[in-house]
Amino acid sequence: MKILTGNNLETGAVVWWEGKGWSLHVDDAVDAGEEFETLLATEEAERRVVGAYAIDAERLDDGRVRPAHIKDRVRALGPTVRPDLTLKPNDPNAIAEVL
Amino acid sequence: MYKYDQYDQAMVDARVEEFRDQCRRRMEGHLTEDQFKPLRLMNGLYLQLHAYMLRVAVPYGTLNGQQMDALADIADKYDRGYGHFTTRQNIQYNWIKLEDAGDILADLAKVEMHAIQTSGNCIRNISADHFAGAAADELVDPRPYAELMRQWSSFHPEFTYLPRKFKICVIGADKDRAAMKLHDIGIQIVKNDEGELGAQFYVGGGMGRTPMIAPMIREFVPLDQLITYAEACLRVYNRYGRRDNKYKARIKILVHELGKEEYTRQVEEEFQHMLDQGIEPPFAELERIRPYFADPAFETGLSDDIDRSDPDFALWVDTNTHAHKAPGYVSAVISLKPVGGIPGDATAEQMHLMADLAREYSFDECRVMHTQNIVLPHVKKADLYALWQKLEAAGLGTANLDQIGDIIACPGLDYCSLANARSIPVAQKIAQRFEEKGQSNTLGELKLKISGCINACGHHHAGHIGILGVDKKGKENYQLLLGGSEGEDTSLAKITGPGFDEDGIVDAVEKATEVYLNEKQEGERFLDTYRRVGMAPFKEALYG
Repeated sequence: MKILTGNNLETGAVVWWEGKGWSLHVDDAVDAGEEFETLLATEEAERRVVGAYAIDAERLDDGRVRPAHIKDRVRALGPTVRPDLTLKPNDPNAIAEVL
Repeated sequence: MYKYDQYDQAMVDARVEEFRDQCRRRMEGHLTEDQFKPLRLMNGLYLQLHAYMLRVAVPYGTLNGQQMDALADIADKYDRGYGHFTTRQNIQYNWIKLEDAGDILADLAKVEMHAIQTSGNCIRNISADHFAGAAADELVDPRPYAELMRQWSSFHPEFTYLPRKFKICVIGADKDRAAMKLHDIGIQIVKNDEGELGAQFYVGGGMGRTPMIAPMIREFVPLDQLITYAEACLRVYNRYGRRDNKYKARIKILVHELGKEEYTRQVEEEFQHMLDQGIEPPFAELERIRPYFADPAFETGLSDDIDRSDPDFALWVDTNTHAHKAPGYVSAVISLKPVGGIPGDATAEQMHLMADLAREYSFDECRVMHTQNIVLPHVKKADLYALWQKLEAAGLGTANLDQIGDIIACPGLDYCSLANARSIPVAQKIAQRFEEKGQSNTLGELKLKISGCINACGHHHAGHIGILGVDKKGKENYQLLLGGSEGEDTSLAKITGPGFDEDGIVDAVEKATEVYLNEKQEGERFLDTYRRVGMAPFKEALYG
């Protein structure tokens, strides 16, 4: 599936399109289909996101969303060398799942 | 240290307010991202993998305690409690909010710092020898010339939109500690047969996807013509450097395609034209700047003896200090490469400590090294033990300067949107492997440098051992390179062969060091042995 990601304009935080707005959590991401260009342009124009783009991802059996490329998986979690600064600081498996 | 005059301060203050207003206009929707992006980049503000990243300039790597304290305060107040010292003697913050950018720049301006020209296609922060003004082997302190060039290049209207970014380095010793020949312009201050000081110009070096060593194009430029000659070099580049392809837009490509002789001919022609016009800047400005870099009040009659009875301290003295020009003093290097740590990262607490130590032991001065460590340039030998004890207590006493654990690593895929592979975990694993083997001292000087992509921020081309992270069908892969050097014997490393996965590259580095230990002759460094025996035995060990 195609999912949309970008950064929050004011905070710079990585965000994911969840159908009605932008979430900090990749697992909230929804399939944007192939017609996302207008949506991205509107969201950028309304300053709800900056630097937005579409990526390939898959929804796993447990409902979680896994971006296809490691770069986006690192974006979704946070730096693998600073578990304390990731979105899952208490999940011992979080970094292994990114790699 | 240089102190801002009213013009410097007014320029920086005005820039803060200008950028604060630009940020406000962006957040209120009066500027699009396309309009805003070049403005934020001119102020060092990138949009990186996880957030905005702010790069702050540290001119020629020199800081006083107040400035280091301010950097620590920014880490605490606006970021997540740490900063990352870079391979161009700057500092970066990884978690900046756009809404805070104006306040951060205002805080920097209060201590005579800024983020101007730390990005974009302009003349970037001028770098220099981190032992400038202290080294025993130095002809002259390069920093007055670097400061002169900083002032000349700041907001220079002719060079604000160059074909590509432009990096200048100035050194004042034959020993090159600043990778001078791997810059767009490298300048060595030299003395001619008449005993006069002048500038030797090297133009067209660089790393990145097309690494090149800068050829010398002028042996001696009189100091009162230093700026004019640099301007002539830039003018030829600005006129003929390619703008159609960013990968061929650096000056090294122009010098390579024109040839050193033709490029030099054009520079000399432009230089003569400018001399005929009589527009060189007044020499008095250099004379105004020079006293700011006068020696501090070194004590005389000091002993050169050091009590080496503590073996850990003695090891640190042997590895992490550098000979000073004043009797009884040394330059002490604070390693930001603890085993398992992140190369170049320092917490706010550590920065405050380094600021305190600079005030207490080094005439209120410290330096950022391009190897991502910090120097206290002027420490009394009699104070070394007390200094080392305080560093040890704060996790800053690692004795590994220029050894295999002193790894340059770019932020890599953990932070950088350009990266293809992670650099930091590889650096951590290599440092841990050799710590467990207890081989760091046995291996001696061994400069290992890791880049997470072909842009080479981790200087892999210049590593005795270099590692380049690449993307191989969506997986991280690491190429091994051997034989690079960024010193006065600058050379470019060569790729050994097919790449390795994350654990494989650590094994490969270990095999390369085993070849060295088997082949080395008395007194040889890893690099010397590689140059003598060539690539073959290393390839055999790695792939045979």
